[in-house]
Amino acid sequence: MMNNNGNNNKSLLRFTTAGSVDDGKSTLIGRLLYDSKSIFEDQMDHIRESSKRLGREEVDLSLLTDGLRAEREQGITIDVAYRYFATPARKFIIADTPGHIQYTRNMVTGASTANLAVILIDARKGVVEQTVRHTYISSLLRINHIAFCINKMDMVGFDENRFLAIRSELEQLVNKLGIEDSHYIPISAKFGDNVVDRSTNMTWYNGMTFLRLIETIDIRQDYLNSSARFPVQTVVLPQSAEYHDYRGYAGRVAGGSFKPGDEITVLPSLLKSKIKSITVFEKKIDEATTGESVTLTLEDQIDISRGDLITGAGEMPLSGQDIRMMLCWFNEKSLRPGARYLIRNNTHETSCIIRAINYRMNIETLGKETSVESLNMNDIANVSIKTSRPIFYDPYKKNRITGSLIIIDEATNETMAAGMIDTE
Amino acid sequence: MKSALQINNEHLKELEDEAIYVMREVAAQFEKKVILFSGGKDSIVLVHLAKKAFWPARMPFSLLHIDTGHNFEETLTFRDDLARELNVELLVRYVQDSIDNGRVSEEKGINASRNKAQSVTLLDAIEELNIDVAIGGGRRDEEKARAKERFFSHRNEFGHWDPKNQRPELWNIFNGRKNVGEHFRVFPISNWTELDVWQYILNEKIKLPSLYYSHRRPVFRRNDVYLAWAPFMQLKPNEEVFEADVRCRTIGDITCTGVSLSVANTLEEVISEIAATRVTERGGRYDDRRSEAAMEDRKKVGYF
Repeated sequence: MMNNNGNNNKSLLRFTTAGSVDDGKSTLIGRLLYDSKSIFEDQMDHIRESSKRLGREEVDLSLLTDGLRAEREQGITIDVAYRYFATPARKFIIADTPGHIQYTRNMVTGASTANLAVILIDARKGVVEQTVRHTYISSLLRINHIAFCINKMDMVGFDENRFLAIRSELEQLVNKLGIEDSHYIPISAKFGDNVVDRSTNMTWYNGMTFLRLIETIDIRQDYLNSSARFPVQTVVLPQSAEYHDYRGYAGRVAGGSFKPGDEITVLPSLLKSKIKSITVFEKKIDEATTGESVTLTLEDQIDISRGDLITGAGEMPLSGQDIRMMLCWFNEKSLRPGARYLIRNNTHETSCIIRAINYRMNIETLGKETSVESLNMNDIANVSIKTSRPIFYDPYKKNRITGSLIIIDEATNETMAAGMIDTE
Repeated sequence: MKSALQINNEHLKELEDEAIYVMREVAAQFEKKVILFSGGKDSIVLVHLAKKAFWPARMPFSLLHIDTGHNFEETLTFRDDLARELNVELLVRYVQDSIDNGRVSEEKGINASRNKAQSVTLLDAIEELNIDVAIGGGRRDEEKARAKERFFSHRNEFGHWDPKNQRPELWNIFNGRKNVGEHFRVFPISNWTELDVWQYILNEKIKLPSLYYSHRRPVFRRNDVYLAWAPFMQLKPNEEVFEADVRCRTIGDITCTGVSLSVANTLEEVISEIAATRVTERGGRYDDRRSEAAMEDRKKVGYF
């Protein structure tokens, strides 16, 4: 699992942090930034002043991440905030997401692009409903790696048995949800134990510190083994004398890889051709892998436009109009069967009708509730839709990009829901 | 401890891939598209990314400069040369015009700046030119309110941002749908840090105005910040103008752009200094120091 050779590992790690209110999530991030010397003097001066003004006894590191005015007043995080820091080993992008119940949608948002989920647990309280919720959402969004930080160990006398009891309860949850890779670290974010520096209060713990874990965790395999997918974003037509007949397809590889000479099939037309060249700006490259923004040219002049999907080596994607998916509903206006919306998957947009709510997840008990008539904000459910035109997709389990979609209200243009296509 | 230049830069490729993807979504989802061009390094990087994203075609964006009239002269020359070289349309709208026709009033006093007034000129330009998307170089690491900004940030018909009611943004799906009169601000380099921008400039050999390198100019000190001096700036009795070797960390309106004492003459030297510094780049921006939520308040009413 571990790879200590930074040069061969991915040098950018995106992680999301979640916890209940007062679990010390913002303090952990503040501590990480502070101990890794990523906080600048003027930011620190700011926090000192704010802490004093808010009547806090000590410098409150959580003020570093609580950005918007309303949040500073209420002392809670209400929207996803992104934070950045780097060590010589890696660059990190943190999506700091709020923990309380009405903001589940923010956690889903933060989790959608994360490689790793960091879940905080208060050592005094152990596994609570929100722990189950956060772990479930991480597995639903298919984050393959979870780090459970058992925080506030200072408040339980740095007791190993307390840590082991919580760990064993979490392991049962992890097994139930089928999470591939999980880690358990006893920490005190407030005092810094096992965050950046190894704790002298918990010599019984032999595992990695939190920073060491996120610096070394290997995420390369998360990008492998998917079939080649290239959603076309826009067609590049220079119409200049020098590039008179040039026709390029611009996009970002959404799965597998493409090489010049590869046979491809374009959806929905099913026309076939071969890749003539792959370029990044002026440079021709030998291979484009998942995540790369490139421009393809083909051997044949065929009609391709935005929304089409170029597929290469591997399995063909699925296609159809009757789609089943897990849906997280984001809007105050509720969803009812029979309603019509727009959907967007990849670069393709079409309309759909909600046919049925198959069940709603109770994300505290992980039970399935049937006979549900409507969905409210922050509900997660299994839903069937029918699209007006066929869409091309992979199961979300196989590909997070080609297996995901959003639902848009045509009247307000708001993003109403996120869907993860399910084929079971 | 490794020096900043030895840090593995593979992540820059991923940040570039992301920014180019965002640029192409803008091209596909909007009609009248501009890049907000200030002459600063972030907007120069945006233009470079746009050039790469659509090659060998010309970028489908115009450049829009909101000119406060308080410029570093060199920035304007640089701007004109760049637009000519890329063969893209350059649109300039002037804060002075907004003042003359009574749309905004000029700030008075020692700390007077046209920074806030820019928002009015920008919104007027957006309306006049029917712009439905303005691409900006804002980064989430710059400031607390920016940390919660979306890549695709919706603005209502008044140009206002509602931070509590932002559209959720998942995976790489960007929803740029809007009603007539509304517009979007898009920030392709949201996930970049100041150091990322500098290292990218080095890797890509991007040309910058020489203000970013050490040069000698008249400056004065106000509180803890060195400011470039210009004839229209008022001094407090205890402030005096003197010559010093300085470089700019950001370039904006001259009245609120702090400079650093520096003898760094090359990009490598600048990057080493930045990697070692203990103050954020906006720490030298007077506009952010006015109150704790200064940036959030300006952004809500249409700031960049």
